[in-house]
Amino acid sequence: MAKNFSGPAVFLDRSDINTDEIIPARYLTEVTKEALKPYLLEDLKLEGFDPQGEKLARAGVVVARSNFGCGSSREHAAWAFEVNGIHTLIAGSFSRIFRQNMFNCGMLAIELPEADLEKLFALARKGEVTISVDLENSRISAEAAGTKEAIQFAITSFDRALVEAGGWVEFADRRY
Amino acid sequence: MGKTIAEKIFAAHLRDRPFPGTQVLDIDRVFCHEITTPVAVCDLAARGKDRVFDATRIKAVIDHVTPSKDSKTALQAKILRDWARRHGIADFFDVGRNGVCHALFPEKGFIRPGYTVIMGDSHTCTHGAFGAFAAGVGTTDLEVGILKGVCAFRDPKTIRVHLEGVLPPMVFAKDVILYVIGQLGVNGATDKVIEFVGPVINAMSMESRMTVANMAIEAGGTSGICLPDRTTAAYLWPFIGNDYADIDDAVADFRKWHSDADAVYEQEWRFDVSALAPQVTYGYKPDCVKPVTEMAGSAVDQVYIGTCTNGRIEDLRVAAAILKGKKIAERVRGIVSPATPKIFQEALAEGIIETFMSAGFCVTNPTCGACLGMSNGVLAAGEVCVSTSNRNFNGRMGKGGMVHLVSPATAAATAIAGVITDPRTFCTA
Repeated sequence: MAKNFSGPAVFLDRSDINTDEIIPARYLTEVTKEALKPYLLEDLKLEGFDPQGEKLARAGVVVARSNFGCGSSREHAAWAFEVNGIHTLIAGSFSRIFRQNMFNCGMLAIELPEADLEKLFALARKGEVTISVDLENSRISAEAAGTKEAIQFAITSFDRALVEAGGWVEFADRRY
Repeated sequence: MGKTIAEKIFAAHLRDRPFPGTQVLDIDRVFCHEITTPVAVCDLAARGKDRVFDATRIKAVIDHVTPSKDSKTALQAKILRDWARRHGIADFFDVGRNGVCHALFPEKGFIRPGYTVIMGDSHTCTHGAFGAFAAGVGTTDLEVGILKGVCAFRDPKTIRVHLEGVLPPMVFAKDVILYVIGQLGVNGATDKVIEFVGPVINAMSMESRMTVANMAIEAGGTSGICLPDRTTAAYLWPFIGNDYADIDDAVADFRKWHSDADAVYEQEWRFDVSALAPQVTYGYKPDCVKPVTEMAGSAVDQVYIGTCTNGRIEDLRVAAAILKGKKIAERVRGIVSPATPKIFQEALAEGIIETFMSAGFCVTNPTCGACLGMSNGVLAAGEVCVSTSNRNFNGRMGKGGMVHLVSPATAAATAIAGVITDPRTFCTA
């Protein structure tokens, strides 16, 4: 069953946010996903961002710049978002492994062209942004302080099938 | 239209095309370590699918924190150990027999040209040095690999990097790959395979080629690949001797994997390394690279020699040649971690361990430990480490710590001087 892909958005205005920043290696000794919950983005140094803050705690979506999730293959990075109820990441681009990890867990990693991504960052300058994802029609609706944006997105047929199946284990188990 | 080596390997392993642009491949080797595997095997058990597709094609090692440092890491090791025993995975390497995965598995002869390899570790691209398609994956891909022996990838697109000229003295494979990453950028090869070709690669040992392929991921690459040749065949000969009449026969057979002359590449880059200087990273991304001379004199607290990038015997020999008869600076903590037990024993036999210890280095057992700030050399906030590893992310070796990536030669020279130092200072030969 597909997850909830909508909610208040947190904006991380930087490229190349790596998986060490998303979940530092000192927490990789955990053997359950739930144990990662308090540590999401703990080492990310970014002006105006507080990993312990209420905004991240309420978020359902995170928006960032390019090459998000680069570095280590640790799926702990995707799980740290998952156990915090953040099932949609939107960025200019993702690292291959991180993007695949998101879809493999039945979550969304949406890549947007620069102009569309900029529309979302412009909205964020007006106030708190709420994003809803219409997976069937490949459309993002974003709203902040009464201003709305609708943006079409594209994901591969395979990635869509993974989200619909609930992840790669489910998909592969049925097919292979 | 001709095919690249990656396209040939994909074609030879194609199980399914569930959708255009996606290929599900049969996997020859599923490698496992104790950090990313336990969640996969626990999930399989929870799903009532505690099975493996082929115990002979799965290899496992405890390498990230070993011997275990606390109850949590002991549990991770135990989960992997119990699972390996339960499923009859004969090639499981525990304390005393274990080493850094990307040094140990090639040394054991587990890789062949044309293989598909996955592991829950981003530096799996190392094994592409043997002419294999080797990709780091997450735990879910690993889980499906363990259960079904398959993994999904997008159609492979390749960037070809031509390395021309001759390496100057005191300039090594690490300097080459740091320079290349500096040029391509940390995002330059995302979703692409990097094929390394040219006289510089042809002249390199397998150890050096592994150093190069190891860091393909730092440019975002799915796999680094070198074309298998006589050097590859000679390295693998103890393991393939029964399959071929002689080395010439193996070399001829390997040629089937070589990219065709009319293969299509996404991009082509050409670098002449003849005037390349030793390289060092600054900042917190591996593409922030400059000549060591531009950072010379910066103070360091720790020098770390080891890891899947530069913990092999060739690396230890280079460092020891510079350290021989010298002491490292009083203010510097030197740590060397031979990447496997075999490398450790070779280093002992050659007097290299003696050289390191006389110079004032701490010699640790083979482990990934310090590279990712998990054990055996974690930095305190504000400390600076010059390291032969592959990542300089903010806090990578310890929260608030700074990492500068270098070759083993630059690391050794820096340890002696106590400040970042060009190795040509100590050896001009």
